[in-house]
Order: sequence, then structure tokens, then C-alpha cells
Amino acid sequence: MDQLLQHLLNGLLLGSTYSLLGIGLTLVFGLMNVVNFAHGEFYTLGAYGTFAALVGASVNFFLAIPLAIAGGALVGAVCERLLLRPLRGASIDTTMLVMIGLWIALQNGELLAWGGVAKSVPTPFSTAPVVLGPVSVSRLRIFVFVVSVLLIVGAHLLLTRTRLGRAMRATFQDRETAALMGVSIERIHTVTFAFGAAMAAAGGALLGPVFLLYPSMGDLAAQKAFSVVILGGLGNFVGAALGGVLLGVAEELGAGYVSSGYRDAVGFVIIVLMLLVRPSGLFARAERVG
Amino acid sequence: MRRVAIGLCLVVAMLLGATVPPAWAQGDPIKIGVIQPLSGPVAASGNYIRMGAEIARDWVNARGGVLGRPVQLLIEDNKSDPKEAATAAEKLIVRDKVPVIVGAWGSSMTLAAMPKLEEYGVPMIVETSSAATITKRGNPWVFRISPPSEMEAVGLEKYMKDLGIKQADFLAVNTDWGRGSVTAFGDLLKRSGSTVGTVEFMEQAATDMNAQITKVKAGSADTLFLTTSVEQITLVLKQAQEQRLSRKVITTGGSSSPSQLIKQAGPAAEGSMHILFFLPWFPDAMPDGKLAKAFVDEWTKRGHPFEGLTEGFRGHDGVMTAVEGLKGAGKPDPKAVRDALWNVSLMGVNGPIKFEKDGPAGKESGQSKPSIFIVQIKDGKIALPAFAAKK
Repeated sequence: MDQLLQHLLNGLLLGSTYSLLGIGLTLVFGLMNVVNFAHGEFYTLGAYGTFAALVGASVNFFLAIPLAIAGGALVGAVCERLLLRPLRGASIDTTMLVMIGLWIALQNGELLAWGGVAKSVPTPFSTAPVVLGPVSVSRLRIFVFVVSVLLIVGAHLLLTRTRLGRAMRATFQDRETAALMGVSIERIHTVTFAFGAAMAAAGGALLGPVFLLYPSMGDLAAQKAFSVVILGGLGNFVGAALGGVLLGVAEELGAGYVSSGYRDAVGFVIIVLMLLVRPSGLFARAERVG
Repeated sequence: MRRVAIGLCLVVAMLLGATVPPAWAQGDPIKIGVIQPLSGPVAASGNYIRMGAEIARDWVNARGGVLGRPVQLLIEDNKSDPKEAATAAEKLIVRDKVPVIVGAWGSSMTLAAMPKLEEYGVPMIVETSSAATITKRGNPWVFRISPPSEMEAVGLEKYMKDLGIKQADFLAVNTDWGRGSVTAFGDLLKRSGSTVGTVEFMEQAATDMNAQITKVKAGSADTLFLTTSVEQITLVLKQAQEQRLSRKVITTGGSSSPSQLIKQAGPAAEGSMHILFFLPWFPDAMPDGKLAKAFVDEWTKRGHPFEGLTEGFRGHDGVMTAVEGLKGAGKPDPKAVRDALWNVSLMGVNGPIKFEKDGPAGKESGQSKPSIFIVQIKDGKIALPAFAAKK
């Protein structure tokens, strides 16, 4: 029983970060119809951004994270302006190829800038775990969990409750009409992509200190993000949030009770089953809500 | 006056001769291929080995090179990926025509590159890989200077009583190395009257090992054998501390870089024990103390991180073995180098290197018998465990 509780807690903590990763990806796909293969690189960028701010510029830990997220958003905005804007109206395959190119370029750029040796980010949290009855968890992971949930809820509110969010959804539902209503289409495209990139960077900024930093760290993150998006339904915000937690818990229980050697396989088995039964995703609705 | 002029000319000529680098008889450098993980999840180790290999190259060249020609290293990145290791081997052999290769760190990467060695007939010095199968497959182009897991287990056997293990769990990377190590150390436990508890695996790139740790924690073993790269060891130790797992931890494979663990895992690394093949903290304890000391000094002089030394020496020993092979062959020809490798006998940083036959008769691979050590992290420093110090 104690073991099950610890597994569930581990799964929840892990899943919340998967959700954060999945949301950025699903937004960019759902709203812009762009499959962002470079998503994992924005994650890496966020992690190294925190490291650079902390170690390079000696910024406070709690300030370094928002700085890294802002950095990710900025790089995302620049990529959108330079790479995606000229391709407006191009087919999804073309933008996909460009995104794969961006992925390779960014990853090798990071390798060039930081070298291949892993780095660890110092944190102000004590390494002594918080003990809750039979289970225990590190302080840093609680912080990461709380911030992830706040970011997910914040992103949802931004999309559903603000003028900007409405403009974003309107633009991608019907470009021309939105433009006629006075929405600046080009600006919305840039903002949306930057927003997706910022979510990935937030994931990296939060998880970098939990794990280790190396240039190819984004590959695993992107793989999980894609799994979450498929699980939750392409372009579905709530689906990604719940899908992330589901994937985290499934992996954890699979590793705990089936076989740790097949940990990643458990996640994919669920995805395959889901695609067979509900090909549009667990939480797909008739209309994409973004 | 004339005499003075001639004398001056001679002096000038001597000075010039002293400053100009040695003139190579045939000019062209002799190429040695090196395949290492320079990027990807296990990149730290590969980069340290590259640094060690470069020291060996510079030392050889400062002493006049090999066969009167300078040594050039062609270093390829296998990206911590077996597929890339095979591609790198093919590229070095076909395009660069190297007579000998040093590589390829991980057992899965080495195993992936091995068929290329046989296909083209080029020998490879295996500097790190631990899986038994590497020298058992009947590939006569493989010469291993690192110990297979079985040899490590035998090295640990004499301490089994002092360690007092009743039951041990295993957490290993899901590769040929990790799986081979579980078998080898599992056999050791059974031989010594201990039992094997939970056996768990993790993917090479995995970062969250909490599920495995929770499962290990549910058992009642007293020791945990941990086999993976320093990156994952760091994460496992940190996550084990978060879950309050209390086990005596012993890492195998020699890639644990305890100094890096102290830096990156901090108090989580306290008390852990590590099987190593080089003790840069105590160079005098090595078979050739003078060479070990010189290597540590050169490494430090170049500004390389101290924590890389426990991997870096492999690069040095690998390249030195290749150079000895070239010397014995008398020409940079792969087949001649292969034949010569059977007769090399040199002193590496780890100790004496000499190949014995291993594997199916007629198609044997070469296996050297390296020195094996064990250290413990105590009060944030590296120490010899009490039982190892007295022996």
C-alpha cells in the first residue's frame, strides 16, 4: 500500500511536468496547424537559460526561472518571424520540415555553446525530503509541481478569459473575419508561437534543476510531449493537461508493477490502444477548443 | 674572422634546429581513429576520454612520433547511439583509411561497430566497454584493455566478507553493459552465499528513476549495485535520497567519476562505493606511480576538470596501446597492426597491458587483465574503504 501511494505521488509529479510540455505543443498545433518538432529545443533553452542566469549572471533562483521563460518566448517569437511568417499558407508538411531543421540547428547550437558534458543547476532548496506518512518527496519537486499547475491554469485562463486569448482563437478559426474585426493577424501568429515556446521553456526551467542539463535533453521531453498530445487529442488543451498526468501515472505504475525495462513501452502501449479505440484522442471534442 | 663567421653560422643553425619541430621523415601523419560519445546522454565520459587520448598523442609526438611519423587522431562522435557508432567506424575505415581504432565507450556502441571491423579487417582497442560478449563473439579484430564485468566481480570478491552483503538489489542501464553486469555480479553474490533481490533497469536517456527506486525500497536488501553512466548515477543517488532509500550503494563499470558525484549529487553521494580502474587521488598507489603522477599533472596543467581523470586515462591507455601496435607492425597496415597487438606489452596508467586469447578457438579476441580498485565517498572526500586500505 505504501508502495502504491509513493508510485501514485511520483506519477502525479512526473505527469504535471508532462502536461506542461504537452500544452505548449498542442496549442501551437491546434491554433496554428504547425507541428513544432523544435518543441524540445525550447525546453532545453529554458533549462540552459536558468543555468546561464544563475551561474553566469548570479541572478536569484526565483528570478532566473521567469528570465529563462522570457528568453524562450523571445527566441520563439524570432523563429516565428524569420521561419514561419514567410511560409504562411504553405502546407503542413513544409512547415514540418522547417521545424525539423530548426530542431537540428538549435540542438547543435546548444552543443557548440555548452559542450556535451552534463551540468547541474544549484537550487536554494534543502535536499532533505518532506515526509508525509509513508511517502516522501523533495521540496524542489513540490515547488515544480505547484508552479506547473499555476502555469497550466494561467495559460487556460489567458486563452479563455482574455481579449488576447479570444483574438488568438478567432484568428485560427477564421483568419479573414478576425482581420476584418480588427485583429492584427501577424502579431497573433507571433504571440501564439512565442507562447508555446514559453511553455516549453518553462518546463525546462523548472525541470532542469531537478535533473541534469545536456544538449540532447530536449529529445526525451519532445517525445513525451508528443505522446501527451496524441493521448489528449491534437489541439486539445484540457486533453493535454489530463493526458500528461495519465501518462505519468501509467509509466510509473508500469515500471513499478510490470517491468522497469519496459517503462517507456507502457506509455506507448496505452497510446496504441487509445488510437485503436478513440483515434481522435481521449478528450477530443467535435470542435477544437484550443 | 672567417672562423668566427662559420662558428656563428653553426650556432644559428643549432638554434634554428632546436626551435623548428622535428622534421618528419615521410611527412604524412599516421592516423588513429577514435570513436567516443561526445554528445548525447553519456557525453561527459566520451569527452574526458578524448582529452586523455590527446595527451597520449602529444606525448608520443613530443618523443618523435611513431615509425618516424607524427600521430594524428581522427575523433568521431557516436552520439551515445549504437547506430552512429557503426557509421563512425565505417567512415574512419573507408574514408580515412585508419589502420587502427580506439573505441567506442558503451558496450552496445562497441558491439554495433564490431561487424564493421570484421568486414573491413581493421583492429579496434576497446577502452571502456564491460559486456562479456564483446570478447566472446569470435571477432579477432577486438582487443580489450578494460575489464569485463566478470573480471570486476572477481576483483570485488576478496572484499565480499568485509562488505557483509546479505542481499543486494540491482539497478542498471538497459544496455548490453547494464544487463551483463547484473549477470556477473549476481553470480558473484550467489558464489559468496548472498542473495539477489530486485533487479531493475532504466533507459539510457531516462531522467526520472523514482518508480525503480520505490520498487527497490519495498524490498529488504542491504546493498544496491548501480551500473550506469555518471549522469544517471547522479540522478539515482539524488532521487534515492528524496525517497529515503537506505542502501549501501556500489557502482560498477568504472564510469562513476566520484569527484563529479561529490560536486553534483552532494550529500546524496555520501558513503557510496565505486569500482574504479584509476585512482587519480592516490597516483602512487597505481602500478606505475610515476606515469600516473605525470598523467594527473599534465591533465591539471591543461585545465581539464579533475573529475574527468577516472575516464580520461582510458583514452591515454587506448592510444598508447594502438601506438605500440603500430610500432610492432612497422607499417600502418591494419592486418600487421592486428598481428603485432598480440605481442605488445606496455605499462599504461591503469597498469600493465598485455593481451590474452578470449572467445571461440581460432577466432579469439584479445583481452588484457587490468587493475581494479574500490573507493568510497567519506565526508565529501574520496577515501579507500577501511578494508581495502589494510589489504
